[in-house]
Amino acid sequence: MAMASGSAARKCVLAALRRRVQQDGTAMFGATRGFASEAGRTYGNLSDEDRIFTNLYGKHDPFLKGALKRGDWHRTKDLVLMGRDWIISEMKASGLRGRGGAGFPSGLKWSFMPKDVPDGRPSYLVVNADESEPGTCKDREIMRHDPHKLVEGCLIAGVGMGARAGYIYIRGEYVNERLALEKAVAEAYEAGLIGKNACGTGYDYDLYVHHGAGAYICGEETALIESLEGKTGKPRLKPPFPAGVGLYGCPTTVTNVETVAVAPTILRRGPDWFNSFGRPNNAGTKLFCISGHVNRPCTVEEEMSIPLKELIERHCGGVVGGWDNLLAIIPGGSSVPLLPKHVCDDVLMDFDALKEVQSGLGTAAVIVMNKSTDIVAAISRLSYFYKHESCGQCTPCREGAPWLFEMMERMRVGDARLEEIDMLHEITKQIEGHTICALGDAAAWPVQGLIRHFRPEIESRINQFSDKQQIAASSS
Amino acid sequence: MTTAGMRVWSLAQNLTANLVGNETAWLVGGQKTTTRTVTTTMTRLFSSSAVADADKTEEEMPEHMMSTIVNGKEIWVPKGSSVMQACDAAGVDVPRFCYHPKLSVAGNCRMCLVDLENHMGMSPKPVASCAMPLAPGTTIHTDTDRVKKAREGVMEFLLLNHPLDCPICDQGGECDLQDQAMHYGSDRGRFVGTKRSVVDKNLGPLVKTVMTRCIHCTRCVRYATEVAGVQDLGVTGRGGASEIGTYVEKLMESEMSGNVIDLCPVGALTSKPYAFTARQWELKPTESIDVSDALGCNIRVDTRGTEVLRILPRNNEGVNEDWISDKARFQYDGLQRQRLNVPMVKENGALKPAKWEEALFAIKEAVGGLKGDEMKAIAGKLVDCESLVALKDLMNRLGCENLSVESVTAGMEADVRSSYVFNSSISGIDEADCIVLVGSNPRVEAPVLNARIRKANYEAVQVGVVGAPVDLTFQTHHLGDSVAALKDLAKGKGSAFAETFKKAKRPLVIVGPGVLQREDRDVLLSEIHNFVDKAGVVTDEWNGFNVLHDAAARVGALDVGFVPSLGEKPSDKPAKFVYLLGADDFDAKEIPEGAFVVYQGHHGDAGANVADVILPGAAFTEKSGLYVNSEGRVQMARRAVSTLAESRDDWKIVRAVSEVLGATLPYDTIQGVRERLVEIAPHFGKVDSAPEKPVWLNGQYFGAHAQKVKGKKALDKVPLQTPITNFYMTDVISRASRAMAKATQARQAASTAKQ
Repeated sequence: MAMASGSAARKCVLAALRRRVQQDGTAMFGATRGFASEAGRTYGNLSDEDRIFTNLYGKHDPFLKGALKRGDWHRTKDLVLMGRDWIISEMKASGLRGRGGAGFPSGLKWSFMPKDVPDGRPSYLVVNADESEPGTCKDREIMRHDPHKLVEGCLIAGVGMGARAGYIYIRGEYVNERLALEKAVAEAYEAGLIGKNACGTGYDYDLYVHHGAGAYICGEETALIESLEGKTGKPRLKPPFPAGVGLYGCPTTVTNVETVAVAPTILRRGPDWFNSFGRPNNAGTKLFCISGHVNRPCTVEEEMSIPLKELIERHCGGVVGGWDNLLAIIPGGSSVPLLPKHVCDDVLMDFDALKEVQSGLGTAAVIVMNKSTDIVAAISRLSYFYKHESCGQCTPCREGAPWLFEMMERMRVGDARLEEIDMLHEITKQIEGHTICALGDAAAWPVQGLIRHFRPEIESRINQFSDKQQIAASSS
Repeated sequence: MTTAGMRVWSLAQNLTANLVGNETAWLVGGQKTTTRTVTTTMTRLFSSSAVADADKTEEEMPEHMMSTIVNGKEIWVPKGSSVMQACDAAGVDVPRFCYHPKLSVAGNCRMCLVDLENHMGMSPKPVASCAMPLAPGTTIHTDTDRVKKAREGVMEFLLLNHPLDCPICDQGGECDLQDQAMHYGSDRGRFVGTKRSVVDKNLGPLVKTVMTRCIHCTRCVRYATEVAGVQDLGVTGRGGASEIGTYVEKLMESEMSGNVIDLCPVGALTSKPYAFTARQWELKPTESIDVSDALGCNIRVDTRGTEVLRILPRNNEGVNEDWISDKARFQYDGLQRQRLNVPMVKENGALKPAKWEEALFAIKEAVGGLKGDEMKAIAGKLVDCESLVALKDLMNRLGCENLSVESVTAGMEADVRSSYVFNSSISGIDEADCIVLVGSNPRVEAPVLNARIRKANYEAVQVGVVGAPVDLTFQTHHLGDSVAALKDLAKGKGSAFAETFKKAKRPLVIVGPGVLQREDRDVLLSEIHNFVDKAGVVTDEWNGFNVLHDAAARVGALDVGFVPSLGEKPSDKPAKFVYLLGADDFDAKEIPEGAFVVYQGHHGDAGANVADVILPGAAFTEKSGLYVNSEGRVQMARRAVSTLAESRDDWKIVRAVSEVLGATLPYDTIQGVRERLVEIAPHFGKVDSAPEKPVWLNGQYFGAHAQKVKGKKALDKVPLQTPITNFYMTDVISRASRAMAKATQARQAASTAKQ
């Protein structure tokens, strides 16, 4: 790989090359937006030129021919030849944060991969396509309609990490997506874009598609690695982190599909372009998946920090029965705490804003619930999901998740005592932060959100239930 | 988000660790780990008060140590220690269920959570101390509110589905969950739902399961996979429906399955034979030595009154670590059955109970007038060194040199100790870099030793087998059926294994009873000696020539010289008087027709069958006796219960016989006998200490041996094979044991089912 020497002449050449690649990108996709740090700026209303995923709805050919038309694989060789350090620094400058849920800065994460491993272990990129978070349906759109974005991204990210090969671990239920992806990978091999001497760069890079068997926990990075190795998908202890000891004991980075898929476009159009979207520290565009009680559920690419209300009104035709009919929204996939309507009115959809309101952006899967929803039953159903999907390895989650569900089921009908609400909250706190992986946290948060915002609802059910019991007892 | 925050925090931990070159070893996905080494180092360092006081300055700290602060107290720990090891070193109690120093780290019980603090502040969430390497500059807190709450929370979760049936649980009184619930448990539960119930698994006749009590620590699974080497146990199901089990009902096919009982922190896995017999606080523990094989595993004999109720392992890193075999653990019920408890004399073809005087005078009558070379003594497998030396002295006084230990030592030289012991010592296996087994199946001869070889194999030491192919629970290279295979090996050519062996710096050759108990033993040994010489198995620093015996008494017998004295030869005359000292597995032709047979021992087995006089002796739990294990380590079995009825300590019986026969032995106390032992072999004075490296005289010995076998030929067609056909029944105690009978049956049924 290039990018080794630090001589001034070489830097000049690189700077020129970088300008060229990015000018090409700009010419193709439109002008770079200026920095927008001015106060009073609004977010959202992403223009079509600024969309990364231009075939999100499958209106065009998803495969190589169509992908080339959309600009994928354009001068990928040059991007690869810019070298590992350049890719990492550009990714860092773009401010991209991981799209899988935790929002860890991607450039930083990729930079954790060791530069040279004395014992000669290869490095691997693992792409987490086990999109199982309830409400989330963004990666599947990429994989079935724009798979070459992902395949190219795998090469770029792989080069950035010094990886020898990439593994895409795709959810077992995604059959069509897998077929599309496999076809795209085969096309890329055939065209010499990946494999030996990928894109003619001299870099050897293999890409494998592996499908899981449908366990939610296999979306956790270390459980995914275990599963990929052929073992039961149970999360590993960290440290060591996968960047040190990952797949088959080799340095590995696990990243989300969307994170990888946006990388080539970021490099082509420049980190400044990407960074110009969203509030500081929440850069970029993002795929939002809106489901539930909206008129037109959809997956849409929008600017980060778009107001939640605008997202729903503009792209989904509003809440069923109007905005005032809104009860609550889960803004980031089933594992984040829900938000009641008054918060939804003006909250922005980004990592920091949602954290401020004690929720999270997660996978940006917006689950909308209007007033026809039995909110306790809805959260109870999520508790059932986490009980069902707990791997059972560590105590708090194995024992706590079924207990939460048991209590939530009683809360649903009101068959509980008022003080049990506090107890329920205490139990979620007993699970949270005490487990090997984040599934324990994920089981705890929805219930915490419910208690935080809908405590009166639970209380009234309990009161009604006990009233009924008393009446029944006195009449019999 | 919490996850991301944790990652940054932990990375900072790791980064600092890397900066100072902290060698942190990790266990990941079954990869090899150095946790064990760390533990051993820790034990050694801390036992020699390496935990420094806070007064010492930084300059004094040795290179391999680092300092940390646990609850405000500064301590030094070896680099690479885990947070839990640092807490242990500081004497701070950290509760735990899944962590075990001899197993890989699972980190799943979440009971050992502690708070860590570094330059970035307090850790965002409590950390599992068993799995967290200690980074420099980290302070450990175990007394914060958050830690207390976390542990109480985990304890509540553990008790949630635990049946709390302590009053009917055999683990009661020695249960980790019970003990820790006293510290961290609440006095009442908040769970009002239905507790989980789990169907019990049938693991065979030795291990009882009550799976509802299981807390999923996976110690048993890790033990079975990592130490015992059987893939029988695993976790099935998910979440709250997780179960430990065998998936399909099957026997746990391990010779050391009983150890899961000790490992289980709750009452999910308990001992089937011991079920509902006693409470731990009713038992009197006695530290003793196991005699079921030649390894001399350290055991604890738990007794109540006159009965042995169970046998547990004691830790001895040099011998058995934390493990014992199933035979050692479960054969104790054989101590109650088939016992000889009164002297007997044969009258009109039938044995009749008699008084001691009658029995002794019957012997006097039989011996009267016989010459020394018309007599013979055979010692058995379980005999202590005291009675061996007493009998040897007696027979020598009577002019008799016909001494042997049953089946094997006839004609075996006892002059050069390094020719019959496990020279590298048992812990030497940990240092070996290539191992060859000749005529040995350690899995049945000494299962705990086999586990040690397995551990070496796990750390990439290759193992070759000469003899009939055997399943040793790990991958071996089958080199050939006979010692002829050693010729190729000596050349270092022909196979990848031969090349590895040639390159090995500390090669190990283990010669098993499959060689020692063959008729052509001397010829085979001569070829093995040749090989050992050629292949450089013995160097100045390393002696890799090892002999593995299969009986507890054998090395002791050779050490005291229970063979014809130097320069003497066993006579060819058929013996008219045979003294069987606990010998039951003798060759029928060793007892000539019409000979007068004395059987001294504790079980009515083959020996008692042919006896004219029976002298009831004591079993190993009933006397204080010295045993020498395969590596030459002298260890003492201690009296746990009193002798039965009329039976007596064995050396006393021999002493009494000597008096009656007019050849009175010069000692009449146990000290006197032991002084005599030390006189013969000084190492008998060093009980319970690691064996000294035997002087290597084999060069000359090999030469003499080769002269002896000149012209003889090996019976090449018969493959080398261990003489043990049934692991569970090898001596009089295990043959009398009901538990061992059931285990035999279960194993046979399992192997029939496989066919």
